[in-house]
Amino acid sequence: MSEEKVGVYVCHCGHNIAGTVNVEEVSEWAGQLPNVAVAKDYKFMCSSLGQEMVEEDIKKEGLTRVVVAACSPHMHEPTFRGACQRAGMNPYLFEMANIREHASWVHQDDKPAATEKAKAIISGAVRRSLELAPLEPFRAPINKTTLVVGGGIAGINAALEIAGAGYKVLLVEREPSIGGHMAQFDKTFPTLDCAACILTPKMFDVGNSPNIELLTYSEVEQVDGYVGNFTVRIRKRARKIDTTLCTGCGDCWERCPAKVIDDVYESGLGYRTAVYRPFPQAVPKYPVIDTESCIYFKNGRCKACEKFCPTGAIKFDQEDEVVVVNVGNIVLATGYDVFDARRIPAYGYGRLANVFTSMEFERMTNASGPTDGKVVLRDGVTAPETVAIIHCVGSRDKNTNVYCSATCCMAALKFAHLVKEKTNAQVYNFYIDMRTAFKDYELFYTRLLEEGTHFIRGRAAEVTDAARLPGEEGKLIVQAEDTLIGKQRRVPVDMVILMVAMEPRADASEVAHRFGIGCSDAGFFTERHPKLDPVATMTEGIFIAGTCQGPKDIPASVSQGEATAARVLGLIGKGEVQIEPVRAQIDEDRCSGCRICNNLCPYNAIDFIAEKGVSRVNPAQCKGCGTCVAACPSQVITGQHYTYDSIMSQIEGLLYDVRSPNEKVRVVEMEPA
Amino acid sequence: MADYSQFNPAWGDRAPVIIGFLCNWCSYRAADLAGTSRFGYPATLRDIRIMCTGRLDPTFVVKALREGADGVLVMGCHPGQCHYEEGNYKAMRRIALLQRTLAQLGVHPDRVQLAWASAAQGGIFTETVKEMTEKVARLGPMQWRDNLEETAPHQEEGVPL
Repeated sequence: MSEEKVGVYVCHCGHNIAGTVNVEEVSEWAGQLPNVAVAKDYKFMCSSLGQEMVEEDIKKEGLTRVVVAACSPHMHEPTFRGACQRAGMNPYLFEMANIREHASWVHQDDKPAATEKAKAIISGAVRRSLELAPLEPFRAPINKTTLVVGGGIAGINAALEIAGAGYKVLLVEREPSIGGHMAQFDKTFPTLDCAACILTPKMFDVGNSPNIELLTYSEVEQVDGYVGNFTVRIRKRARKIDTTLCTGCGDCWERCPAKVIDDVYESGLGYRTAVYRPFPQAVPKYPVIDTESCIYFKNGRCKACEKFCPTGAIKFDQEDEVVVVNVGNIVLATGYDVFDARRIPAYGYGRLANVFTSMEFERMTNASGPTDGKVVLRDGVTAPETVAIIHCVGSRDKNTNVYCSATCCMAALKFAHLVKEKTNAQVYNFYIDMRTAFKDYELFYTRLLEEGTHFIRGRAAEVTDAARLPGEEGKLIVQAEDTLIGKQRRVPVDMVILMVAMEPRADASEVAHRFGIGCSDAGFFTERHPKLDPVATMTEGIFIAGTCQGPKDIPASVSQGEATAARVLGLIGKGEVQIEPVRAQIDEDRCSGCRICNNLCPYNAIDFIAEKGVSRVNPAQCKGCGTCVAACPSQVITGQHYTYDSIMSQIEGLLYDVRSPNEKVRVVEMEPA
Repeated sequence: MADYSQFNPAWGDRAPVIIGFLCNWCSYRAADLAGTSRFGYPATLRDIRIMCTGRLDPTFVVKALREGADGVLVMGCHPGQCHYEEGNYKAMRRIALLQRTLAQLGVHPDRVQLAWASAAQGGIFTETVKEMTEKVARLGPMQWRDNLEETAPHQEEGVPL
């Protein structure tokens, strides 16, 4: 029998565990297990008193293994590893038994079964702990350069904060200019600040910061490595413009004869040319040539831009460029897509001319937008006399997205105010609930109520142009149940604005996979902890900010951007990272050189050493998945911390109560040779 | 304790025991989320955390069955979402082969299952455990070790050969 002395600590976690699992019984039972020298239960093991108890027992009782039966290892494994380390025990000899998330919280209706399961989990953990080996974490220096992906307001703030602290930032943006959705807006709620006036100085700072290298019209293609040492491959799409010569004078787009609908910046409401700069304050100032709409690229003639460019900056033969950079940390601030209102045909978007989306209205009301800020119907001249604003289009709806998009209520109030200010039209808001949380938002709502905007509590059922009643001819009729008075209402209006939801980017799951992070059911990037670690991800060194993590408004996006900067700067300040030593190791003496493992490794971390005829794992490239370990026919690859023996023992421990009491069959163990 | 004899009288007052192999990144976190969300499921699953389902050595499954488990549930990240690129595809191949091998030994393929849950899918995790429990409950206790000794080859009903 093993000589190890195990300490088992059963946590009550207040009532979280003790309310379901009989912790006293479990700890008393654990005391009887082979090798268990100490078994105790305690109210809160993670408290300083609980940790000190472990530390004391290691010193006094000479414990060589510690098992804490409490919450998920994702919660407190680092806490107790720390306690073990302080008492002089190798932290990798600690094992966590998860009897909260995996027992007490999910078997609340069957307390005896939960208690029995807790025993099995602890038995498995004790058996596994006996097989653990002391390990040392890898230490690696942190590359001080940070990659920020996405140049919206969240990414801009992250980049500026990190650059302001004196470290290099690489800001990658997919579009030709940074600015993101905020650059499309006219005013911001609740203060009605001009969006451009507060955003463009920040964009300008990004463009001028000596510490920020801006890669616009570029996308990250591949990410390798680990915290502190990522290698990133970025594709710089060909702008077809030599930016060292271009002055941003505008001669090219003024002369360009190709006009196309601008689906991105103008949300389909306006036009741009084939060679274009999305908006006047764009950073960088250089245009791009959209080869799909450029006449020259379509039929080989035109070249108007080239003829008129005073500096000869047009380069039709420019190719995409791939750059490979090394960075230490990554901030993802990739933003959101807007919900396609066509998905709810009852609202008539795309069929009824005067139904607009909220993004279209943002552009319409923007002084630099396609209508120069005039609120007009689709004909471009008629001002509306009545306007309906429909909330929750694609939000809070089982058929589309169940979540609340968080910003649309306030944006709708902003629109109502702007419509009234510009046209004095009657405005009807069709809402389910008014959600005006956060500082001074409710005051803005009160102001709108006083301005005489109509609020009808009820989800709009449909928007139609089929007139039934007098006064409806030639109008759009919004039908809804007014749930406050309990009646169906038909409100004839000239214009309808659909407050469309925020959705995850169409390629969010692809991007998440590229960076090795997860997505929620809805498709937004998953944070490490929803409350206490909202900008970190499950992958060390990769942080998320802004609406890629979930719907949020500008102040929240800015806060998250700055929060990621704090996290990145914290890591840079440390200078080095500790990496879990969970790696594969090949026993070269016993390796047969079959090379089966070589091709299995997704990271090409296994090299074949031809002169010795054996394979070898490069620990810097290995990420510890264990795929090669499971495949080795000679069983000579060790998956550190998840060894063959540790898992086999855990299985035996977990099944302690159902294993045949008297061995009827002699089992020939297939031990690794 | 839940009464499993309604599914198969052979259970008596016993409950099925299922060994779970959960990957660290998706399914283990889905199980954590099920806990945090207090989504109840039968106390039949006893899980083991591995970094990736690619680490799943098929002998782990055989070992679990031999030591008295009535079923083995392997859960990983959804295809295409593996934290290690493609470990779950390896698991997919290995489990398919293992199910066929075990069938030839008389073990019903329902006893060894592979399923997916992302870190955000506590509900899917819960449903998977419920379904697996019911399937295993219908099959009755495994008792492979005891059956190994019988002279006649052990053959479960409905096992495709």
